Amino acid sequence: MNNQKDLNSSEVKQYITFDLEEEEYGINIEEIESINRIQGITRVPKAPAYINGVINVRGDIIPVMSLRKKLNFEDDAFTNNSRIIIIKKQDASIAIIVDKVKEVVGLDGKNIETVQELNTKIGIDFIKGVGKIDNRIVTIININKLIENIEEELIGDLRLNDAR
Amino acid sequence: MDVTQYLQIFIEESREHLQNLNDNLLQLENDPENMKILNEIFRAAHTLKGMSGTMGYNNMQKLTHTMESVLAEIRTGNVSVSSKLVDVLFKSVDALENYLNEITETGKEGIKEHISLISDLNSLLESNNKQSKIEVKEKSIITKASIALDFSENEYINEMLNQGKKAYVIDIQIADSCMLKGARAYLIIKSMQDFAEIYKSNPTLKDIEEENFDFNLSFIVISLDERRVFEEELNSIAEVNSVEVKDYIPNNKQEDIKNTVRKEEIVKEDIQDEKVEEKVEEKNLEDKKQQSSKTVRVDISRLDNLMNLVSELIIVKTRLEEEVKTSESNEALEYLERVTTNLHDAVMKVRMVPVERVFNRFPRMIRDLAQNLNKTIVLKMNGEDTELDRTVIDEIGDPLIHLLRNAADHGLEVPEERAKAGKAKQGVINLRAYQDGNNVVIEVEDDGKGINYEKVRRKAVEVGAVSAESSGNLSENELLQFIFTPSFSTADQITNVSGRGVGLDVVKTKIEALGGNVEVKSELGKGTKFIVRLPLTLAIIQALMVKIGQERYAIPLNIIQTIEDIQEEDIKHIQKKETILLRDKVIPIVRLGRELGVSEEKSIKEDSTVTIVITKKGEREIGFVIDSLIGEQEIVIKSLGKYLASIKMIAGATILGNGEVALILDINMLV
Repeated sequence: MNNQKDLNSSEVKQYITFDLEEEEYGINIEEIESINRIQGITRVPKAPAYINGVINVRGDIIPVMSLRKKLNFEDDAFTNNSRIIIIKKQDASIAIIVDKVKEVVGLDGKNIETVQELNTKIGIDFIKGVGKIDNRIVTIININKLIENIEEELIGDLRLNDAR
Repeated sequence: MDVTQYLQIFIEESREHLQNLNDNLLQLENDPENMKILNEIFRAAHTLKGMSGTMGYNNMQKLTHTMESVLAEIRTGNVSVSSKLVDVLFKSVDALENYLNEITETGKEGIKEHISLISDLNSLLESNNKQSKIEVKEKSIITKASIALDFSENEYINEMLNQGKKAYVIDIQIADSCMLKGARAYLIIKSMQDFAEIYKSNPTLKDIEEENFDFNLSFIVISLDERRVFEEELNSIAEVNSVEVKDYIPNNKQEDIKNTVRKEEIVKEDIQDEKVEEKVEEKNLEDKKQQSSKTVRVDISRLDNLMNLVSELIIVKTRLEEEVKTSESNEALEYLERVTTNLHDAVMKVRMVPVERVFNRFPRMIRDLAQNLNKTIVLKMNGEDTELDRTVIDEIGDPLIHLLRNAADHGLEVPEERAKAGKAKQGVINLRAYQDGNNVVIEVEDDGKGINYEKVRRKAVEVGAVSAESSGNLSENELLQFIFTPSFSTADQITNVSGRGVGLDVVKTKIEALGGNVEVKSELGKGTKFIVRLPLTLAIIQALMVKIGQERYAIPLNIIQTIEDIQEEDIKHIQKKETILLRDKVIPIVRLGRELGVSEEKSIKEDSTVTIVITKKGEREIGFVIDSLIGEQEIVIKSLGKYLASIKMIAGATILGNGEVALILDINMLV
């Protein structure tokens, strides 16, 4: 679902867009399970800093990642607009916190440019492409890249702790 | 046709049959004359052959076929049971297990043919110089077709016959116990198509494919091959009760056909009479089988689902208890409480499996080990019917194997040494399982040389685990803890069975991961006993809810000894570690808030008492400082998920009545 070919197809895909640090980002709607209000997040000791904790989503325990912390932005200040987006994953779902969820937009391949170099605030690795709607720019996030190294980082962290 | 839908059934049943083979071979070794055991083995091998054939696993089929031939020879008395023979049969069973493992993983049996094994088996046959093949009854009754052909079809056959080809009528009866009838028929058709053209069938090929038939199949085939080829080929397919191949004599008159059909029926009945005896025997067996298995096979995921639903129910119940507290609702709530508890118990029971499932492979393993190590070992098993949760059962196999191998290799001495020590030459390993409250205890005990504490002490100093001076102060119990540390082996030489120092630490980790613990007791010269304690269930436990700072945590109730209020000034420092003196025992304490990184702001209380939860793990007691107690609660254990699973001090999470998550502390890892 994540390769470039997929992005370039002319089929119109739905994206949910959200705000983070005054920029607009998008995630393919197929990757999203639900969008929730901020609810009680339970802190998990020794978890990586960008993992805020875990929440209960209909009986499942799901880790919550602060997208801001992960992308080295300023820390979250939860507002009434803050939302938790649950990303559906076959083996383990994960939730991310965003400043504000905006809307659902349809984008086809023509409207998405793949990027080699781009002046964005977040690492190029985390970006799948850039979508254009009228004169707005929506950065499409590569969720898999964002979460793929949590485990390793965690194990690395724990080793560090042990070494101390 | 697709056979993959039967794959799961095939794997499960094959496992059962292989286990059966293992068990019975062990018995046969001790009781070579017992025909009943032999028949049981034969039947298992035969069924395996049939099943693997149906699924198209030709290598497996070939091997089982050869095994079957050997077994048949034993049955007729042409070959006698020798230890060499049993060895080869055991090896064959192992090879079959390998095939099955390969199939489980990849769906294919692999290309390994085990030719040497097959030739070993064959040499067993040849050494007796009597090559008797499975008899194929020659029936020279030439009748006309049980399928009617119309005029033009007859013409076609005639033409074929004139071209020098042959036409046969083949009547096949599939065993009525056959589960995979469609698959069987598919195999029959496929194997015939290799050397013949199927001209017509009754029922039609389409019906066969859709499994629209009883157990009889009739074909008219045109081929260049002899009748014998068909008989051999088709008889080699399992679960085929009878195969009859007759020359087809074309006829052109309708009345004739009708007549012959009737005649055919009579002949058929005759044949069936002959088989009555055989069938009665089979029927009896079948009855027995059905009696012993009034069970339903359920996919484990469905049980997991059921368990999840019960868990949800318990969460909602807890929530109700918190929110609704009027006197009228109380009664209803109590009733609900009873029902959910019973429901939970019932579901738990469904998930329970006797430890026999794990134990049953051990006799065979010990036999092989004993041969390997040149020792005589008796394995005595007790309490195989003790039940454990399915998830635990799946996990304890490896740790137990480690312990048994250890006992056989390190524990028990070689016969000469035993004789010198005045013991019976035969070493005994006792494997016991029993229930003890909410735990199941499994003991592995050998009557071998025991653990040499001095050797452990020396080794501990050698690897630098303890200084030479302080090693003298270590108690026997403390010394025993060393054998559970990684790379700690006191074996003088490394054998291929054990001694590499990997093992006991893995055993310990694994069992603790299951929420259990291991203890060891040993007396020099008398033997060693490992005691494994496992929780009955993993999914729902009683826990103590505590508050640390503003956070709530659950501590499993089964490891809690007592809860104490201690004055801050009673906490003493020994070697820079905080301890308390409780009933004349020095107990180290751990401040959970600090350990868990809870933000400390309000933890200083005015009256300067601290609440300490004393836990006991094996022989060790440790106190944990908490801020306040919330209470006892039944909690449902949920996994933290893939990403966070490696955080060791957290065993999992649970959902509270208000929907929030509380973490479950893994006390073992906090120490």
